[in-house]
Amino acid sequence: MILRLLQSVAVVFSAATLAFVLLQLAPGDPTTALGEGITPELRATIRAQYGLDDSLATQYGRWLWSLVRGDWGWSRDQHRPVAAVLADALPRSLFLMGCALIVNVVGGMLIGAWQGARAGSRRDRTTSTALLVLCSLPEFWLALVLLVVFVHQLGWLPATGITDEMSRYMSTRQQFVDRVRHLVLPLTSLSLVGIAVFARYQRDAMQESMTQPFVRTARAKGLTESAVRRQAWRSALLPVITLTGLMLPTLVTGAVFVERVFAWPGMGFAMIRAIEARDYPVVSAGVIVGSAVTALGAALADIAREIADPRLRTP
Amino acid sequence: MTISATRDSTTAPDRPLLDVHALQIAFPAGHDVARAVNGISFTVARGESVCLVGESGCGKSLTALSLLRLVPPPGRIEAGSQIVFDGADILTLDDERLRDIRGQHMAMIFQEPMTALNPVLTVGDQIAEVLRVHTTLSRQETWTRTVDMLAQVGIADAGARAKQYPHELSGGMRQRVMIAMALIMSPKLVIADEPTTALDVTIQAQILELLRDLRARTGMALLLITHDLGVVAEMASRVIVMYAGRVVEEANVAELFAAPSHPYTEGLLAAIPKLGQDTERLHTIAGSVPLPTALPSGCTFRDRCPYAFERCATEEPALVQVGSAHRARCHLIEEPARRATRHAVATP
Amino acid sequence: MSRRLSPAFVLIALLVCVVVAGPLLSPYAPNAQLDIITLRSQAPSLAHPFGTDAVSRDVLSRVLDGGRVSLALAILSVSLSLVVGTLYGAISTLAGGVIDTTMRRALDIALSIPRLLVLLAVGALWGALSFPALVLLIGLTGWFATARLVTDELRALGALEFAIAARAMGVRGPRLLWRHLMPHLLPTLVITASFGVAGTIALEAGLSYLGLGIQAPQASWGTILRDGAGVAQSEWWLSLFPGLATVFAVLACNALGDALRKQFAPNHVLSVATSRAAAPTRVAGTTSSPALPSSRTVRP
Repeated sequence: MILRLLQSVAVVFSAATLAFVLLQLAPGDPTTALGEGITPELRATIRAQYGLDDSLATQYGRWLWSLVRGDWGWSRDQHRPVAAVLADALPRSLFLMGCALIVNVVGGMLIGAWQGARAGSRRDRTTSTALLVLCSLPEFWLALVLLVVFVHQLGWLPATGITDEMSRYMSTRQQFVDRVRHLVLPLTSLSLVGIAVFARYQRDAMQESMTQPFVRTARAKGLTESAVRRQAWRSALLPVITLTGLMLPTLVTGAVFVERVFAWPGMGFAMIRAIEARDYPVVSAGVIVGSAVTALGAALADIAREIADPRLRTP
Repeated sequence: MTISATRDSTTAPDRPLLDVHALQIAFPAGHDVARAVNGISFTVARGESVCLVGESGCGKSLTALSLLRLVPPPGRIEAGSQIVFDGADILTLDDERLRDIRGQHMAMIFQEPMTALNPVLTVGDQIAEVLRVHTTLSRQETWTRTVDMLAQVGIADAGARAKQYPHELSGGMRQRVMIAMALIMSPKLVIADEPTTALDVTIQAQILELLRDLRARTGMALLLITHDLGVVAEMASRVIVMYAGRVVEEANVAELFAAPSHPYTEGLLAAIPKLGQDTERLHTIAGSVPLPTALPSGCTFRDRCPYAFERCATEEPALVQVGSAHRARCHLIEEPARRATRHAVATP
Repeated sequence: MSRRLSPAFVLIALLVCVVVAGPLLSPYAPNAQLDIITLRSQAPSLAHPFGTDAVSRDVLSRVLDGGRVSLALAILSVSLSLVVGTLYGAISTLAGGVIDTTMRRALDIALSIPRLLVLLAVGALWGALSFPALVLLIGLTGWFATARLVTDELRALGALEFAIAARAMGVRGPRLLWRHLMPHLLPTLVITASFGVAGTIALEAGLSYLGLGIQAPQASWGTILRDGAGVAQSEWWLSLFPGLATVFAVLACNALGDALRKQFAPNHVLSVATSRAAAPTRVAGTTSSPALPSSRTVRP
């Protein structure tokens, strides 16, 4: 447990270092963002003021210290502290990806288990082909297509954002419906592909599990076929949980492109907006926060794995 | 609370408990069909202990699986086969009645306990599952019986063990768990497929003793599949020797060991090293078991038989009576003179 | 080869043909602005089956040309990832002991940093990147997963015991890796490569769509999508065809990966997963002594 915590800290630390290195290596320096028009003397003054002429070690130290203190810089583009920008953006990304992950895992497990127990049949083969095509769709392109069809052509669903501008004037029920309407398309873009990925994995695990000797033992005990399948499925859970664990890190970044298409104001959207506006503090802080969340997700995944497979529990 | 004796069966006491007739199990092999089990017939009487002996690949495990209709696809039991258990025709039974028999009236102990047990469930759960499927006992009662059964099969500290997972137990204990699982409903027939092959020799002895002990207490019939004649000597009252999917000899154990009729059985017995034996070389049966797709014509054993003569290549011997309860499938029974012309076997 | 390979092969063969023969098939030069007055933003027609874009370039030609770029990028960067990842994984496993543990921990940390965010950050800070730079960037951020896969595979194979035995016979280092271990790794690596290329094609499309990958005026599927982003509704052909092309290419690679997997590594999922899971490498590291892999490896 302690080791896991240490590992997470190491991750964040490394990410911070990486961000620092990238910022240092990048062409130009923060003063170039101020534009061409300032005089060399002014530039020198600003550099001195921000301590840009100090040694790398000092700058590094200062960098880390400010991160720890919670001072993550100022977003020029949004005229707010970076911390505030990320504090707003992160939960929205987590919400979207969290929903998507749940849908993906549950949907994938159901479809995959159903498929895997019937491995080799025609239904299995057709479903496999369908899933293959689905998981080959780039998420952002799917999002574009959905956008064009459902928003522009059919006008059924709203194009952007999480809520309507008028949401604060709506009743609670209307607000709820409104939120759902805004969630549908981004979630669908992520889920159609995501379910396919999980389903494929679960199907293979299920098929393999059904060929294990303990399945034969279960039948010999007089269990019904569905009870036998349930036993096999318990054993087939492990790879899916491992996969979920691998996917947890994508909670932050998985929706980047989809957020862009639907203007969903999450981490990905904030990053892209910052990139286009040359708002570097947001970019670097985003990398660090993203890594921290990822590390946390990985730790959770390990815990889940241990729960699922008793062989992994340390005696 | 001891294990209850097997309940009265529904057939008349003189009818055999298990009657297998002309069993054929085939696998598709390209355009042909490979008959792994090629027309086997045998019976097991109530409370009897029968051993099915043969080398790997002779079809004995498949035979065992077929009794519970567990033959894995693409293998299938061919038409013309008949398996009657306690009056019920296994092969035509509907699924529900079959499930009723499995685990309750006829149970199976598998060879490799590590893989035969579900790794993500506790052993207690897996044993209790048998009770849950076949009885309507309360949870408490189910658990009590499970722990009790574990104690009966010789597992110390059964209550704690029941909550453990298979990988936490030793090989011997896992096999005991399998036995507990098979016996908890006091079945009339227990099929044990090489129950000791995967275990250390000392554990083997313990497991066999356990099986004998349980049999004595419950009066269950035991069909023991093995390739080890030592096990046969310890456990069986009757022996069936299989070779390449056929029964080649069948006798009471004493008679089989004292006066085998089939050259294959002779070979098996001769191959057992004996204490005090003063030989330089161990006896072997030359050659190896033929593939089901490449069986020799006539007698399937002739390529490895030191007595083979012309008739063996053209005509497959039928199973003929040799003694009161003793049958064998060999031309030598009708032509005993040929035993004199023993020759070396040409290894291909 | 089994029959199952055929549909995947057909797709791949088609893809390769189209891409290789691209310049011959495309009716116009991909960057040629044909007639900026009359031929801008034309919907698909017989003369221009995929339509034209805002500066009157033929979209079909651009899609064909873009395909070559996108695929080249994917293949080159995946190759780089494979080589680096395999070397790292092999060295780590064979070194054993503290070196192995350290390298593995470092790998865990690297895997925890979201690749996409790093790519975005670099894209932001450096602006436009040349093709070789892109290959390096994508390749060098993608090898961690391969290294992890290689370490897991080698562990499952008992590479450590393999190595000890081989060393006892006098076989050393590179020879050991090449002749003794690679044959076992090869199927997994090829399969990973297939799926890797598929993923990278999609990744490049996304990055270029954001303006961070291939830069205009060079055509790539992502840049064409970018051109069509604002006018997705009116000039739908700019979004549809490169998208379909991407789907087709990704599908072909995925299908190939699938077919290869069925052929060469049918029982892979549970065994690798259990040996992965059974070797407590990732985070806990409570008993990750590499000298005792089999005590925890569970192989059904």
